[in-house]
Amino acid sequence: MTAPVTTGSRILHALETVRDPELDEPITSLGFVASAKVSADGDAEVRLRLPTYFCAPNFAFLMVADAYDAVSALPGVRRTEVVLEDHFASDAINGGVAARAGFAQSFDGEAVGELHQLRADFLRKAVMAGTDQVCRPLLAAGTETPALRAMTLGEVPASRALERLRERRAELGLPAGDAAALLIDPATGAPVTDDAVPLHLRKARTTRVSIEANAGICRGMLRHRYDSAGQGEENQ
Amino acid sequence: MYEKDGEKYFVVDSHMHYWNAAPDNWVPGAEKYADGWINCFHAYQGLGPPETHWSIEHFQKYSEDDLMKDVFEDGHVDVAIFQPTYLKEWYKEGFNTTERNAALGAKHPGKFIANTRFDPRDGDLGLEQLRADVERYGSKGVKLYTAEWNNGSRGYKLSDPASYRFLEAAQELGIKNIHVHKGPTIWPLDKDAFDVSDVDHAATDFQGLNFIVEHVGLPRIEDFCFMATQEPNVYAGLSVVIGGLMFARPKFFARVMGELLFWVGEDKMTFGSDYGIWEPKWQVEGFVDWDYPSDEFSDFPRLGTAGKKKILGLNAAKLYDIEVPAGYRLDAGQGTPAAQDDAQLVAGA
Repeated sequence: MTAPVTTGSRILHALETVRDPELDEPITSLGFVASAKVSADGDAEVRLRLPTYFCAPNFAFLMVADAYDAVSALPGVRRTEVVLEDHFASDAINGGVAARAGFAQSFDGEAVGELHQLRADFLRKAVMAGTDQVCRPLLAAGTETPALRAMTLGEVPASRALERLRERRAELGLPAGDAAALLIDPATGAPVTDDAVPLHLRKARTTRVSIEANAGICRGMLRHRYDSAGQGEENQ
Repeated sequence: MYEKDGEKYFVVDSHMHYWNAAPDNWVPGAEKYADGWINCFHAYQGLGPPETHWSIEHFQKYSEDDLMKDVFEDGHVDVAIFQPTYLKEWYKEGFNTTERNAALGAKHPGKFIANTRFDPRDGDLGLEQLRADVERYGSKGVKLYTAEWNNGSRGYKLSDPASYRFLEAAQELGIKNIHVHKGPTIWPLDKDAFDVSDVDHAATDFQGLNFIVEHVGLPRIEDFCFMATQEPNVYAGLSVVIGGLMFARPKFFARVMGELLFWVGEDKMTFGSDYGIWEPKWQVEGFVDWDYPSDEFSDFPRLGTAGKKKILGLNAAKLYDIEVPAGYRLDAGQGTPAAQDDAQLVAGA
């Protein structure tokens, strides 16, 4: 008897929680998941693919490691294998993640530390970009910048963008509750002062433009490289 | 030269290549890297208009005649600046070297400027080579690829002491322009390889040099913008921005242009086609015709005809002392950048 295999929502749902740290989007919607399945015996296999052979190895490592953690935490999964395909550092990354070796050990002599700092730096960028996503509609609806400055998260109308912003801030350990200021310095968590608001909003917008433009290029490159949609990919 | 609606544009392609990435040039044992590199470039070409796509075979190795036709005959370019990238760990003769570029340039006087390069990890021998190259090819600019692999090292920063030694030597030799191209690897690998703060340091410490950040620091446009706005000698090289976004992602292109015009300004942006990744023809023509697509962009600085003339050629002509023929220059009073009223806001950065 052939073992039935799960390819559907359960494993993909787990992979949706894994983000490309640079693009701040799920690896599923970006098209990075080539295949994902769990056998009846609980053997999970995920194959990931990236837009180029030379995509930055540190971010690639984080995505493979996070995918491993997300899938292996699923109930009933006994063994997990995550394979990054067609990448110059595939061997080091796949082997390192499988051995739970950490980044510095996987890239022996080429790295001095783990990737927590890098991840935090990009979460802060995601907070800036998310600030623009939340503030732009408010500004368009006529909210003046001094009013934005005084606003708390609890006063912002509910939206997916607001939810995301709160999640990213919470991940960084920054204030994310209803009473927290909408505009904060993502490095310190301190509310932005009146005179700093215009520059803060400018920087938030630029950060969002940069991330979205990169995501656009990555999608185009991926489409050129692979002629098929990824598991759970959204066309944008 | 390009003329549209009675306006004349002098075109300097400030970032282009004459490479050989065909299998005959692959280093044995490094085939996967050589192949991976050129396939990655080929995927970028996929972001341009379909009728400008090449087969991978043609893309790996185009001829001298192809280049002259694509860049000058069809592409409207007046002067093209070679930006060498060596990658000798993967390509036997190098991917595109100063020597290969200059040999082509020598056959077409006045058409090309041959930049050279250095790698700070090459030590005294590298310094000697830089001296010899500048003397032989008269280079006024260097192209630096910070992610180049060199004897087990995966890259370097401009702020490394060895880089400063080379920048000092380059300045003494009469080099004026440093074209910086960031790539995905660096030492140590746990840091962000695309971070541009090292360019910030070098630009502050070498006021006599201009730093043209190629591909506007992609994928770190925001870091580049915040840095460039504070450094008078930092420029935005637009290759990949026009080629990779203008056709494939016009809305993102408009946003990125808006940000660059705001933070960096039209006096410090230079056109580069990145040929052979993309042909210059559609880029030049499309850029001259370009405007923001909707009212959504009303709070970004406008880009007028004078600004386009500067970006397409006049800014680079100034950096490289290229003589611009009468009729192609801006008249006195033309070309004052628009919308600088946000300057106070930026000055507080």
